[in-house]
Parts: sequence; structure tokens; C-alpha cells
Amino acid sequence: MAKQQPAESWSNGKSVLRHGDVPFRVGTVVLASCVVVLVFAMATIMYLASGEARAAFGWDVLFGQDWNPVATDLGNPTFGAWPAVRGTLLSSLVAIVIAAPLALGIGIFLAELCPPKLSTPLSFLVELLAAVPSVIYGVWGVFVFVPFFNQVFSQPVSTALGDYIPWLAGPVATGRGVMVTGIILAIMILPTIASLTRDVLRLVPNTQREAMLAIGATRWETIWLAVVPYSRAGIIGAMMLGLGRALGETMAATLLIGNSQRISSSLFAPATTAASLVANELTNSVSSLHESALITVAFALFGITLILNLGARLLIWYVDRGMAGGRS
Amino acid sequence: MTMRSAMTLSRSIGFADLVGARTRTRPLTDSVSAKIEVRNFSFFYGDFKAINRVSMDIPANRVTAIIGPSGCGKSTLLRAINRMHDATHGARAEGEMRFDGVNVYDPVVDSVLLRRRVGMVFQRPNPFQLTIFDNVAYGLRVNGLRDKKLIAQKVEVSLKRAALWDEVKDRLFKSLGTALSGGQQQRLCIARAIASDPEVILMDEPCSALDPIASLKIEDLIDDLRNQFTIVIVTHNMQQAARVSDVTAFMLMNRSTRAGELIELGHTDKMFTAPSDQRTEDYISGQFG
Repeated sequence: MAKQQPAESWSNGKSVLRHGDVPFRVGTVVLASCVVVLVFAMATIMYLASGEARAAFGWDVLFGQDWNPVATDLGNPTFGAWPAVRGTLLSSLVAIVIAAPLALGIGIFLAELCPPKLSTPLSFLVELLAAVPSVIYGVWGVFVFVPFFNQVFSQPVSTALGDYIPWLAGPVATGRGVMVTGIILAIMILPTIASLTRDVLRLVPNTQREAMLAIGATRWETIWLAVVPYSRAGIIGAMMLGLGRALGETMAATLLIGNSQRISSSLFAPATTAASLVANELTNSVSSLHESALITVAFALFGITLILNLGARLLIWYVDRGMAGGRS
Repeated sequence: MTMRSAMTLSRSIGFADLVGARTRTRPLTDSVSAKIEVRNFSFFYGDFKAINRVSMDIPANRVTAIIGPSGCGKSTLLRAINRMHDATHGARAEGEMRFDGVNVYDPVVDSVLLRRRVGMVFQRPNPFQLTIFDNVAYGLRVNGLRDKKLIAQKVEVSLKRAALWDEVKDRLFKSLGTALSGGQQQRLCIARAIASDPEVILMDEPCSALDPIASLKIEDLIDDLRNQFTIVIVTHNMQQAARVSDVTAFMLMNRSTRAGELIELGHTDKMFTAPSDQRTEDYISGQFG
């Protein structure tokens, strides 16, 4: 039997602060709460600043279809941001529909099929693409892509199908509009989704691939039935991040969408987005009501991204429910 | 001389002790044909030679154990049988690995078709993140089976043969395979491997991640499966090899070339009581490894 020692012999005679545990914990808690405080501060300020417009128009400030900041012979200024909200949703939808399958393909190639020698330079290029400032995509879109796309796609397609399918209708004038914006946004979010997809696919344990191969699966079946399903939560997360970037993109959208307040069913027609509307008009707003209306639009964009993120969480939780191992 | 006989004595006591009542090794009759013939088989990872000129016969419908210390190439040899190395960059085989007389490294052999005839169970249980039912059914579907009734029937039969049916029959569609205990997961993996009726089952240290009771269940299972399948098992555990196998192969890394070599192959009871090679004797009696 060892000699029993009193508990005091384990005490260092000082406070627990000596280890720095308490200050460290307090410090991290304070820093982490900053994030929460910031989000609520932004929401509160936007809510208060948008009060004037909301009081004047109610829900019409979001769902109304007329946006006239200046009083004219026809009447008082009206602020209805539906064209901008609609343009944001539509251009982002086009972007994600184009980018999601392409990015998944690139991610699968980089993670599963690419020879090791090619993988590193290719991954580097994909990441470089993500680092290009959005104004460069915008300028490239204006001077290179729009004229090209106009000639080889928009004009012929609207001529051929425009009479039958309203959202492909002409006339195609400058070529700026929802479709080209969506495509450029797709190019912009492609590297983000692709590199995140590659990362989550690489995290799939080799044992899963081996299990699939060992039951007589082909390479394709192994990837499509074992590797991709295993990382579906991460892939959905990557796509939501990309979609979030597309929704909030300001510069490229401003340059490419045409900034028109008219609602047209055609994807070739110019439109506007919430972010570009705020960026274009906030610095030279003509009245406090105008400014308040623009802040309401910004608040709506904030709400859309918040709902998107909540939706993504729910989706990830849904596809991952009951999964063992607690993957994020 | 006295030293030597003393060692033999202690070893035979040890063997009886270890194997005891669980011994199931049966004498191999000469009529047993070789399912897999390994001939002058070498295996390389890039420039590194992992196995050097192994030749051995793996008898049909018997359990063959491959034992040896870490790094001796036993897992490499096992995984070479169903060409699991195909996706490994720079992996390459020399010599012949004949399956029913056909060299599986012949360029015309489709590794996918080969693996449908050779099931595999891995070191760590690796069920898919699917329901228990789908874990077993996946292999059948991949192999082209579409008839739902037949799939359900085969899943049930496989789970019964893997001695898992009674534990999971109430939650086939409710629980994920990954939610089972380690031992159950490994039996699920065995059920998955046998579902599509392979001829050979390869087991790469199937009990190394399991507790002793779960391990014994797997060993019982191997014993039940031995009549229908040709089983090759790699194990670190010599008692396990002695308990489950009919034939034992002992491999060792050559100290100068660092390549794994086959030292001795023989009936398990003979290998563990009277090995013909001094190195086998040293390994089995715990002199090294």
C-alpha cells in the first residue's frame, strides 16, 4: 500500500490562472461573440435605416415592380425592388445550374482520376481562377465574352426559338442580360465549388473505394456510388458557398446585366440585381427615401443569403441524418 | 542438440495450449486441387521490390493462412490475387498468379470480372454509409442483379451465412451499416463479400480491429464458410492461423533485399508442430517478429 498523500500536495499553491486556462477561455469566448454581435448589429442597423421606405411602401418596396427615384410628371417617386430581387435570383440560378455539374466533374477529375503529375499544376490553376478579382471577370465579359456569345448563341437562338419559348425571346440588343451574367457568375464560382469538392472527395477514406472495387465495381461505379455519396454533405456545402458568392456578386453583375428596371421574361433581356442596384445608386441617392429603399434592398439580399444558408444546413442535416462518425 | 529438443518440446506444448479444443484443421487429401497457383511471382512498388519470386498453391475449398512479421509482403501478396493494386501508382507484377489456370495479370483479364469472383474483407470494417440491407444489396446490384425479390432473398441468405441475420433482421432498412458495432460491421462486410457468390474470399487481417469475442465470432464464421469457399487469410495472430487454417504459408522479409519471400508452406498442424525451416520455428516459437 502506498503512503496516502493529502490532496494539498497536488496544489501549486497559486490560483488556476497560472495555467492561463481561464484567460484563454474568456478571450476566445469574447472573440467568438464578436461574430454574433456583428451579425445582429448589421441586421439591426439595416432594419432601422430601411424604416422610412418600409413605412412608405410596406412590402411593395420588395415586391413592387416600379423603381423611379425621381419625381416626374407622372407622379411621385416609387420604389419597388422586385426587378432587382428577381434578377439576383435568376442570374444566380443560371450560374449554379451551369456551374454545379461542371464543378463536380472537375472536382472528381482532380481528386480521383487525374494523374498525380498533372494534379498539382491543375489544382493550382483552379485556385488561381478563384483569386481573380471580379472586376476582371466583368471587364473580360464586356469586351470578349458578350460580343462572342451574342453572335454565336443569343442571336441565333432567339431568332430560332424566341417565338416559341418566352424566356429565349429577342430582341437581343447589346447582349447584356441575365443569361450572360449567369454564365460569367458560373465561371466565377466554378473554381470555388471545384476545389472544395476536390478537397471533400480526397477526404473519403480509401477503405470506401476498396470496398466498392472489391465487390466488382468499375472505376466509374466506385466514384459515383461510393465516393460521391460519402461526401455529398460537403459537396452540397460547396455548392451553397458558390451560390452565396453568385448572389452577392456586385461588380461583374453591374457590368454585365444591363441595369434595367424592366421585367422581361427573356433571359437575353437586360435586368438588374439587388447588389448592382445598391452599388449603382447608393452613392448618388436623390432623397432619404431613396437611400432608405436601397438599404431595404440590401436588407432583402441579407435575408436571402441567410435563408440560403439555413436551407443548406437543413439539407446537409437531412442527407446526413443518422450518419455515424459525426462528419461535418 | 539438447537446446533444440527443449525448444521443440516447449513449442508443441505451446501449440496444443493455444489451439486446444478449437482445433479444426483437417488433413488435406491429395485430391484437393489448387484454386490459385502462384508461380515465380514478384511484386514491385515503383523500384521497390515488395515480394520476391513466390511460388505456392492455394487449395480449393480450404482455408489458407499467410503469416509473417510486419513488412514481409503478406498483405501485398493477398491483394495481388484480386489485383487491388491496380489503382496504385507504379505498382507492377512479374511472374504468374493463376486463378483456375488463368494468369490474372494477363492483359486480357478484366479486373472487374476477376473481383466478382474473388470477394475481399479488409483490416478495418468498411461498410458503406447505407442501410444494412443496401450494404449487402449494393454488390448484387453492381453485379447486374435487378430482380428485387431475388435481391431481398440473397441479402437474407448472405446475412444468415454471415451469422448476422438475427441481430439485424428488425432494422435492415432503419439502421445504417456504419451504426453497427465493429464486429457486426465486419460480419456485414463478409455478408457483402459472399452475397454475389464469389469462389474465393480474401481476408486481410479481418480481426485486427476487433475485440477477442468479436474475433472468435469471425473465426467461427470462417469455419462455417470453409466448405463453400476458398479462403485466404492474412493474420498477425499465429493462434488464429493455427485455429482456422488448413494450410499455412510463412513469409519473411529478406534482410538484404528487403523483399518478402515465402519461407515455408505446409499443412497447418505440421507447420506449427514440426516446421522444416529454422526461421519458421523461430517465428512460431516467438524468437522474433
